Amino acid sequence: MIAVENLRKTYRVKKRPAGLVAAAAALVRPRYDTVEALRGVSFHVSQGEIVGYIGPNGAGKSTTIKVMSGILVPDSGSCVIKGRVPWKERKAHVAGIGVVFGQRCQLWWDVPVIDSLDLLRDIYRVDEAAYRRNLDELVSALDIGGVLGQTARSLSLGQRMRCEIAASLVHAPDILFLDEPTIGLDAVSKLAVRGFIARANRARGLTVMLTTHDMHDIEALASRVILIGKGEILHDGSFGSLVAGRGDGGVESAVADLYGEMGIA
Amino acid sequence: MGELPAYAGLFRMRLVRGLSYRAAAIASSVTQFFWGFMLISVLRAFARSGGSPLDDGQIASYIWLQQAFLVLGAIWFRDGELVRLICSGDAAYELCRPVDLYRFWFARLAGGRLAATALRCLPILAVASFLPEPWRLCLPGSPAVLACFALAMALATVMVVAVSMFSYALTMVTLNTQAGFLFVAPVFELCAGLLVPLPLMPEGVRRVLEVLPFRYAADLPFRIWMGSIGLAELPGLLAAEIAWLAVIVAGGRLALGAALRRAEAVGG
Repeated sequence: MIAVENLRKTYRVKKRPAGLVAAAAALVRPRYDTVEALRGVSFHVSQGEIVGYIGPNGAGKSTTIKVMSGILVPDSGSCVIKGRVPWKERKAHVAGIGVVFGQRCQLWWDVPVIDSLDLLRDIYRVDEAAYRRNLDELVSALDIGGVLGQTARSLSLGQRMRCEIAASLVHAPDILFLDEPTIGLDAVSKLAVRGFIARANRARGLTVMLTTHDMHDIEALASRVILIGKGEILHDGSFGSLVAGRGDGGVESAVADLYGEMGIA
Repeated sequence: MGELPAYAGLFRMRLVRGLSYRAAAIASSVTQFFWGFMLISVLRAFARSGGSPLDDGQIASYIWLQQAFLVLGAIWFRDGELVRLICSGDAAYELCRPVDLYRFWFARLAGGRLAATALRCLPILAVASFLPEPWRLCLPGSPAVLACFALAMALATVMVVAVSMFSYALTMVTLNTQAGFLFVAPVFELCAGLLVPLPLMPEGVRRVLEVLPFRYAADLPFRIWMGSIGLAELPGLLAAEIAWLAVIVAGGRLALGAALRRAEAVGG
């Protein structure tokens, strides 16, 4: 369903030198650093899998998700999702996937949530009956019936994230990308989001790829984890085998140990 | 046309949203009244020094229309949320939607602009048409004139939104909330007749400005209303406007595409 082969992406970042003279020189002739975000990333994901995509900050997780969502064009390598190359057939591709970026708000900020959802219905051309059915299901499963009339800006983070997830599934996609969906959420909201993802995966066969720094998300959801560090895949397999034999300080410290040992922390 | 409901839906959403900014509209209408009186007095004083192609009544009418439709033509009137989205890099995430970004933003901007204009133009037009002579706004000569004015205004909206798209593309490149608008706004407003009525410009300048596309955003509809451009001249003028629109929309698409590619290259 998802086939990623040898993906590479380099960013060019302008150097901002310290000191007046160097800064003046940079005005005339800017210099650039290159940052290698992805250095040959490959993996496959089958239908119905939940894959946890983990790694330290700056490892390349979000870049991978952005490439898979059609937002970013890689320098080389291939990515084929449901037979399409995301950045080549962007519109057809994004019509069939759902994406949530935990750190961004994708709902329209200053209108009631329900208006955003109705607009998404028009954008994805969902027919009214299917939309109603799907919406009722999402609203009760995510427990957002009480906040649909409020604007996105007035919601708490936990409420907003649940609305964002509902918004990403209005068109009933069979693939969902979640980039840090539980960031900043309280325990109740985290459990609600995890429970919902697990149920959607079982009931609809939804394929999920999620990035997170919360190893409890991974323990609760993902039978398979892909670990990325400095733009390279370092592990692809079960989470248990990754942290096996790392004492009993809990999963957080086991993963911290692992990052340190691999020199990617 | 399958995508039309999406763009229409966004247009409607921004229109409804924009109509709720009542306090801003009242404050702005009041300011524009004072500004209008001042401009009329100044221009009238200049006109008295001789050789003005507009009489006092025409000056008043032009200025009231200018003030009533100011935010329709003003490039500096921008969609703050969209600017924020662009500067934070979140605009790239709009690409997750199966829509054409140019049309999507076009619908959004047109909705916002029309809402703001609707709130401001009615009180100004209503009050200005009851002022004593020679401060009064004249009424359109016939229903046909009013209809042509409405048509020209609709095209003016398309023109302004299409030009403002360059400002949003520039914002994406500079990542500065002001720069994209500071470049485009003064030139556009001067050339459109939103500062000084075009008929009062020096002959040579006026001739050039009448060929450029900007005047269609303000000067043309105003003069249709006032009757200083007859309906017989309209077909030719509107054809020229539509040709300009095709060029500006095509250019805006290229600019937005280039800006998006650039924004992505720095990791946005």
